[in-house]
Amino acid sequence: MKGWNWDGFFEYLTNTYILEGAAVTLGLTIASMTLGVVAGCVVALMRMSPFRVLSNIAYFYTWLIRGTPLLVQLIIIYTGLPQIGIKFSVLEATLIGLVMNEAAYLSEIIRSGISSVPKGQSNAARAVGMTDVQMMRYVIAPQAARIIIPPLGNSVNGCLKTTSIASIISMEELLRRTQVLIQEKFMVLELFVVAALYYLLMTTAWDLIQRRIERHFGRGYDIKADAAEQR
Amino acid sequence: MQPMIVLEDVDKWYGKNFQVLKSCSLTVSPGEVVVICGPSGSGKSTLIKCVNGLEPVQGGRISVKDMEVTGPRTNLPKLRSHVGMVFQHFDLFPHMTVTENICIGQTRVLGRTQAEAEAKTAALLERVGMSDHARKYPIQLSGGQQQRIAIARALAMDPIAMLFDEPTSALDPEMITEVLDVMVELAKEGMTMMVVTHEMGFARKVADRVVFMDGGEVVEDTPKDEFFASPKSQRAVEFLSKILDH
Repeated sequence: MKGWNWDGFFEYLTNTYILEGAAVTLGLTIASMTLGVVAGCVVALMRMSPFRVLSNIAYFYTWLIRGTPLLVQLIIIYTGLPQIGIKFSVLEATLIGLVMNEAAYLSEIIRSGISSVPKGQSNAARAVGMTDVQMMRYVIAPQAARIIIPPLGNSVNGCLKTTSIASIISMEELLRRTQVLIQEKFMVLELFVVAALYYLLMTTAWDLIQRRIERHFGRGYDIKADAAEQR
Repeated sequence: MQPMIVLEDVDKWYGKNFQVLKSCSLTVSPGEVVVICGPSGSGKSTLIKCVNGLEPVQGGRISVKDMEVTGPRTNLPKLRSHVGMVFQHFDLFPHMTVTENICIGQTRVLGRTQAEAEAKTAALLERVGMSDHARKYPIQLSGGQQQRIAIARALAMDPIAMLFDEPTSALDPEMITEVLDVMVELAKEGMTMMVVTHEMGFARKVADRVVFMDGGEVVEDTPKDEFFASPKSQRAVEFLSKILDH
């Protein structure tokens, strides 16, 4: 039995190689969530569109992506597609896979948020002369956001951890770098605990941010909080 | 005098089989107050929503002043910015304060500055007796208060006409008066108004004409006094006896 190595643990806790890996994980999460929200909005609007073709395409897309594991998708994109002449770098393949996944899941979250805004709100917005874009921006989206934020926050939390799957196609993120160091030093437990702590740190930070966002979009719905704000 | 609102042979279907509006015609002159009543399901709410294009129609013609409502090239947002509308369930924007509710159309649609919009809002709040509630959210207000804010939100756009779709139907009895008072005031100032309502007291007080609808048709369109004294159709007689009988 080797026992726990405190010195090794603290050394890796501040190791720049690992820290860079954590930064890559964070970057991948921010990029795929941002692009995923945009793409998710497009898929959601397509799904809600009165045109059957658009709605069917969107349905097929979410069915396909949500029905297959990200791990399989990444391997197909990175390792499989070159067989038919389509080549992506590791970063490109990772981002494509993550964004496609987030878009599929987020589109359903966004759709339910938009559908939760009562019909009277769109009539009221139109009645003061708003265009459809203005109505979406000033009336529907802020109200949908209140419904969307909690499950969206869940997705961000999930995405922070899901990026680790990209280590399988040698994306140099937190888990991959942890594994590389393990190959060198064999401090398996210490290194995995360090990795776990970094994940925990990032998900906790997001938790705090999410709470602030929820408070912002919750205004007008919580009588006590609103009254306090007016004092 | 050029009429303010004209509906000519308006037809509307829900789906293929159900015709909600059957060749409805109606004219409202500037400054006139027209009350529309009738049993539920008679099409009166649908009719009033057609006037500002919130409900599309399949036949006939609608115009407001010199703007065509029906027709493919109509700029509906522009038209609606000139026609105020008040709904049965108020439909204030719940994520905005009272002031923000009244300002949003002024700044985003009419292009007024924030300062101009806020000044106008303050004056309107005074007028509907809600000055103390400027910074509150709709959820903090009673139904009657919310409806007065909804009226202020519509008036903020300086409308040429106001449409009211059962403005007091969702209110507790003790709140109906505070809303009707604002509407009576508005009528006396000469606002052109189309009002769908069961409040026959309001109709008696300020209406110029009463339109009675049933089964998607305009059954009667008569001066107020005539309507209450001697309704022409049997259906109107039955309707009046039902709602005035207690």
